[in-house]
Amino acid sequence: MIADPSASGRTAPGRPAARPQRRPRRRAMPGPIVLTALQAAMFAALIIAWYVLVRAKALPVFFFGDPVLVFQQIVSWFVTGEIFVHLATTLIETLLAFLLGVASGIGIGLWLGLSPLTAALFDPYIKALNAMPRVILGPIFIVWFGLGIGSKVALGVTLVFFVVFFNVFQGVREVNPVILANSRMLGANRRQLLTTVYIPSALSWVFSSLHMSVGMAFVGAVVGEYLGSARGVGYLILQAEATFDVNAVFAGIIVLTVFALVLDLAVTLVEKRLIVGKPKS
Amino acid sequence: MTFGLQPEAGAVRMPAPVGDLSAPAGPPPALLFDHVSVRFGAYTAVNDASLHVGDGEFVSIVGPTGCGKSTLLNVAAGLLEPSEGDICVYGRSLEGINADAGYLFQADALMPWRTALSNVITGLEYAGTERKAAERLGNEWLARVGLSGHGERFPHEMSGGMRKRVALAQTLIRDPKIVLMDEPFSALDVQTRVLMENELLQLWTTYRKSVLFITHDLEEAISLSDRVIILSAGPSTHPIAEFRIDLPRPRDVAEIRMTPRFVELYHQIWDAMKEEVLKAYERNQRKLAD
Repeated sequence: MIADPSASGRTAPGRPAARPQRRPRRRAMPGPIVLTALQAAMFAALIIAWYVLVRAKALPVFFFGDPVLVFQQIVSWFVTGEIFVHLATTLIETLLAFLLGVASGIGIGLWLGLSPLTAALFDPYIKALNAMPRVILGPIFIVWFGLGIGSKVALGVTLVFFVVFFNVFQGVREVNPVILANSRMLGANRRQLLTTVYIPSALSWVFSSLHMSVGMAFVGAVVGEYLGSARGVGYLILQAEATFDVNAVFAGIIVLTVFALVLDLAVTLVEKRLIVGKPKS
Repeated sequence: MTFGLQPEAGAVRMPAPVGDLSAPAGPPPALLFDHVSVRFGAYTAVNDASLHVGDGEFVSIVGPTGCGKSTLLNVAAGLLEPSEGDICVYGRSLEGINADAGYLFQADALMPWRTALSNVITGLEYAGTERKAAERLGNEWLARVGLSGHGERFPHEMSGGMRKRVALAQTLIRDPKIVLMDEPFSALDVQTRVLMENELLQLWTTYRKSVLFITHDLEEAISLSDRVIILSAGPSTHPIAEFRIDLPRPRDVAEIRMTPRFVELYHQIWDAMKEEVLKAYERNQRKLAD
């Protein structure tokens, strides 16, 4: 029972609208509950299709796994508590990479944004570093920082840094000149201009890229783990792959996806608290 | 209707080009432009402009669009250094930012990440005023511009008129001797504009700042000012005429526009301006045609 009753009624032509005007005759958008139900149904259909195809041997179980076994794997991870140390490791790596990346991005973004000469000097190098696929730095970081948390954080930082850096750089360069002039007329000295105009203005750009930088930190952590580690969800997947346990690989992917969604939700909540004086557009 | 019959008692039509306005008798004026020229590369925005604003005087500058009015104001604020000539503030030559002046910008200049109250006290914060005292004064000023109780709102939660009021409070709370205004009400609707103009006049009567007010709206200029200065069309803008506005104060900007004397002044000033407006219009048309 999805149909909106008001949408099914016919409009009598030529009769003045006694009732409130109905929406134009397009297919009515279902309500949020119905929509969620449809989405859940789609998910179930997908899993069932997977299950049926694998059981009917239309798909080789060796490559595609079995949804029931995948589910059992996930449950056993949580029941034995084995997963928690890996989740915690990935979470810590993500958070550290995020914080360090944001801090360095803001610092260097402010510096280069406020000093055109330095910015011009560094410009080709920054472009080159940004163009480089930074995942290939992973092996070097493992050599430098070992198999522990350090190498993963380093990889995450290189990813987060550029997102934040470019936003801050842009934010500083494009500070509203009227606000700047106004602050100068109100008696701000150089330091006060920095703390009350440049930094808040740059931060609003950082907030707008919060989702992306957290996502980047997460990618850095997981890829770093996958390249070589002793702990973390990426490590779980790496182990499973090494033993051709495709069910565990799928289980790891699902856990990672849910983890990423939770992280994104957390960012949304933080965002709502942080972005107060939302600038226009 | 006495239009045209009254002697030109108050209106002093200066012959164009204006003679030496730079040395008024008596105490040094609040603001003095002494043969100021501003060039941007090969483009001369302002050419040999001399004018002054007396202490406590309300002076408007009117000119066709794009004639470099804002440039003049930026020079007076110390945001822009003149290529030639000098700016004197109470007799002292201006170096750097004009610390005696407050500036009300045409565009929104409030910090979007600060509340109304926090915006109002920004200047006090820069001056190192203690937080509690600053906030008390800030709330007083918010009340004075008719915004008490709105201190916690952010700029995007306020209307254009409210934002202008906050900007006005932000400027006046520092108690500047000179207030520079760059078409501050041009973005407002007509009703809000009249309200704001009346409130501005009230504040001006109370605090007697020296005001340099820039506008392209002749009615606004006449109804607010003691003196109206007409600028030539740009480039190479300079003052071409000056009129003393002898309308009685206190004024109501909406009502004063109906008086015969206002109409008479309007016609006199418009006659002086017309040629320049046409020049500016033709120049724009040519620019569009190119």
